[in-house]
Amino acid sequence: MTSFRRLSQGGRIDRGRPLNFTFNGGKRQGFAGDTLASALLAANDIVVGRSFKYHRPRGVMGAGLEEPNALFTTGKGGTEEPNAIGPALELRDGLAARSQNAWPSPRFDLMAVNSLASPLFASGFYYKTFIGPFQKSWMFYEPFIRRAAGLGKTSYAADDVRHETRNAFCDVLVVGAGPAGLAAALAAARSGVSVVLAEQDFELGGQLLSGADAALEAWRAETVAALQAAENVRLLPRAVVQGIYDGNHAIISVGGTALESLRARSIIYAAGAVERPLVFENNDRPGVMLASALRSLANRFALVPSQRAVLLTNNDSAYEAAFDLAAHGVAVTVADLRREISGALMSRAAGQGIVVFPESGIAEVIAKPDVRAVKLSGRHAVTIECDVLGMSGGWSPLVHLTAHGGIKPRYDEAIAAFVPGAFASGHFAAGACNGVFGSRAAIASGDAAARAALGHLGRAKLPAAATLPEGEDLAYAITPVWNATQGSKGKAFVDFQNDVTAKDVAQAHDEGYSNIEHLKRYTTLGMGTDQGKTSNINALAIMAGLRGVGIGDVGTTTFRPPFTPLTVGAIAGRSVGHHFRPTRRSPLHDWHQKNGATFIEAGLWKRAWYYDWAGKTPQEAYVKEMELVRHNVGLSDVSTLGKIDVQGRDAGEFLNRVYVNGFAKLPVGKARYGVMLNDDGLVLDDGTTSRISETQYYLTTTTAQAGEVMSWLEFLAQCHWPELDVHLASLTDEWGGMSLAGPKAREALALALPGVDLSNEGLPYMGVKDITFEGVPVRLLRLSFSGELGYEIHCPANYTEALWEHLLKAAAPLGIKPYGLESLASLRIEKGHVAGLELDHRNSLDDLGLGKMASATKPFVGDVLRQREDMMAPERWSLVGLELLEAGKTLRGGSILFAANDEIKGHGRGYITSVTWSVELQRFIALGLYQGGLKHEGEEIICAFPLKNEQVKARIVSPMFIDSKGTRLHA
Amino acid sequence: MRIPCPHCGERDVNEFRYGGDATKQRPAHGDKDFQTWNAYVFEFDNPKGPHEEFWQHTLGCRQWFRLKRNTATNQILGGGQ
Repeated sequence: MTSFRRLSQGGRIDRGRPLNFTFNGGKRQGFAGDTLASALLAANDIVVGRSFKYHRPRGVMGAGLEEPNALFTTGKGGTEEPNAIGPALELRDGLAARSQNAWPSPRFDLMAVNSLASPLFASGFYYKTFIGPFQKSWMFYEPFIRRAAGLGKTSYAADDVRHETRNAFCDVLVVGAGPAGLAAALAAARSGVSVVLAEQDFELGGQLLSGADAALEAWRAETVAALQAAENVRLLPRAVVQGIYDGNHAIISVGGTALESLRARSIIYAAGAVERPLVFENNDRPGVMLASALRSLANRFALVPSQRAVLLTNNDSAYEAAFDLAAHGVAVTVADLRREISGALMSRAAGQGIVVFPESGIAEVIAKPDVRAVKLSGRHAVTIECDVLGMSGGWSPLVHLTAHGGIKPRYDEAIAAFVPGAFASGHFAAGACNGVFGSRAAIASGDAAARAALGHLGRAKLPAAATLPEGEDLAYAITPVWNATQGSKGKAFVDFQNDVTAKDVAQAHDEGYSNIEHLKRYTTLGMGTDQGKTSNINALAIMAGLRGVGIGDVGTTTFRPPFTPLTVGAIAGRSVGHHFRPTRRSPLHDWHQKNGATFIEAGLWKRAWYYDWAGKTPQEAYVKEMELVRHNVGLSDVSTLGKIDVQGRDAGEFLNRVYVNGFAKLPVGKARYGVMLNDDGLVLDDGTTSRISETQYYLTTTTAQAGEVMSWLEFLAQCHWPELDVHLASLTDEWGGMSLAGPKAREALALALPGVDLSNEGLPYMGVKDITFEGVPVRLLRLSFSGELGYEIHCPANYTEALWEHLLKAAAPLGIKPYGLESLASLRIEKGHVAGLELDHRNSLDDLGLGKMASATKPFVGDVLRQREDMMAPERWSLVGLELLEAGKTLRGGSILFAANDEIKGHGRGYITSVTWSVELQRFIALGLYQGGLKHEGEEIICAFPLKNEQVKARIVSPMFIDSKGTRLHA
Repeated sequence: MRIPCPHCGERDVNEFRYGGDATKQRPAHGDKDFQTWNAYVFEFDNPKGPHEEFWQHTLGCRQWFRLKRNTATNQILGGGQ
């Protein structure tokens, strides 16, 4: 029966600091220095979860991040987190951990019935269900599978954890603080360069923490102390380097709550290696563990199997576990799959009373559900009662990070493992992750890597080679045995987390999925939270055997970040909620807020949507606000418009080139509506541009395209037309603007700005006038978006609110009120002005009814490609007005347009872009694009809105619904 | 990736916008040849390896410049000009 006992002394736990935690609601106690896994094993919680597909009982298998089984959900509500890795999770007081994939408890799990239905979960189950004759069965299985699937669950509650993102730089990044990493960091630190040492564990030392060699421990303690004292070294424990990106850019998750973006001038990989399991029947039973995990538990956590351990191995490293367990009084038997075992190992084993059986495998694991005994195969077919079965299939260097740059790992026959293929410039590797096994060898290689990195950094004087701790490393010899199955009953797992067996790999091969990437998708092998850290190499070696090719020829699947699971919260950092993106506020924002505006988001802007004086809902309010402008006078915030100051001797020529219509001859004091195209001849943006002086223009853009237009104009001016003397400056944030509109607009403005000549002579339609009001520069532009008599009043942002308040106060006797974005946008529909919804970068000038604006006498951007054959086609979808013909119904934006006799199906002949209730016509009107456009004026068509299953009749009319002669504008 | 802005120096790529292929010569303003414009606007190579591109330091000095970059490795091969 699997059980462990805590040693009364030794290990790296602090017996003076007990920590209380819960497991599935039950109270437990561990010590500072424990991991969740070691504390659970100390409490003899052997079955800690169930497997993903078959719901087989599972226990702790590994000693670190490679763990495939012992995953837990921790916390609750806003702090709940699934898939915490038990052997890598530092125990803390108050930790609440729960098993996954198990209900009601890991010992008794109702879903274990899946084991009986295991054909359902064989390789390619999903594929076979989705395609071919089985397709229909998916409908039947889906709800069942959906309920059962999913690795861990998380809360829907908002994340309570505060996450941070930070940026940093260093000369040398060392990944991993095992012997190689410590040595590399120390050598780099002594030369004075800035060093970051990132280590996933909460203690520094890597494999050294799990060893029992006094000389190595002394070296570790001394090195860590020296690094802690060095001012040029930043030690990052609990920090996982999740990915390496272009430009020596490392993304590191620190403590689970911070994400560090680190740029290093050079990188030394010292990530170490993980031990591989062996593939034999029932190798997943609780109590079957990696040999290295048993060694780590004994030396680091003072936790040993109660009485007897059996170890199964194909290499020498398992003997280190055997020696250390035996030293703590555990009876140890080693079943070695190899024939040849070194004499030194045999005699040392004999000296410690360890029984070694060469050429032995495991015939049977007797478990209920945890290991009770094992029956050996081979020449010594004995049955041995034991607490645990340790296994070692050799070591796999962690080549993940070195492969992130796209360099494929290379198979090294001598150590039966993949090692980094090559390194980018400035990248180096040391220790086990580079295939250098043994702690002293790792120290030497780390030291050498640091010197290479210093050379790369241009350090002329390199430090002398480090002195190694006394003693000798145990040699590492391996005879790979990839498939140790004995043909007995039970499943032999390759991938424990995804429940993929040796048989599944063979089946995938038989069905033609023998490419390693296909194998992964077909069987799910190597997926999940551990991404196959313990399973990939065994799987591809078994596949190589089936295909009869070398392991190196099969190759690995692609390694991608992140190296371990990290929370979405850590990736998002502080960019959540309000901080998800910047908020842009008009200079009038505070006024709107104090005066009953409801806001709407328009891009990054918050704009005043409607005001409560006009109604409680937008539907109610916008109509009232429209009536205000049509019959009286209103004031609206247009500060969000793009505003660009264009200056220079060639400013006129520049604008002549970018606008389809002419600007060079625009008189000073005049404004003109202009449209610009992209190079491809499609409409980019529109706006009004006025001439302030011979060499200065004031250009406005739509709110949505302000940034794009600015960048485009800068591109042309800087890169393509450097010969033009033109300078551009964005005034979008520096200046605010307001639109005063309505039949009483002139009266209102006169009340606010007494003494300014506002007559048709003094400021005619499309006239511009700069004045100074109480010492503040104010720009008056007589423009109209609404179709009424109108003025835009622009001034520096700091004074916009004061001027706005002054206008409202001065014109109060007329009944002036503010109006919002909804009515602003609706008024322009009545007038037939196009806006963002029509200017969607897919329409030509002619599509929008603006073809006549294009100059025939000067070239302009887009003039050649706008004459492409398809863009000149007569039946293009182009701008029309629509009037609803059915009282009591409504038009909807996005409706699909059909001719009266069309079948209502497909994409139709166009669609509605903008809709409003017309206060002037007392009916719903719309702008839209319709095949052939106004050639169909007067026709009755159908507007279909399939989402609501609506069809209404409308008539095609001119898009200019009001004042087609422009009498109001010139009033 | 960090990009050397000719005015501000090396900055994170997030401060920049990409502006397309800089190996092609924009046709002269007023060029009426349809094929010339068509080739300039629509026909692009997508080289893997060294390439010359336009970038703008939008969140900085707003300068547009040409940058030589290896599209496979993001290695910067020549600074802004």
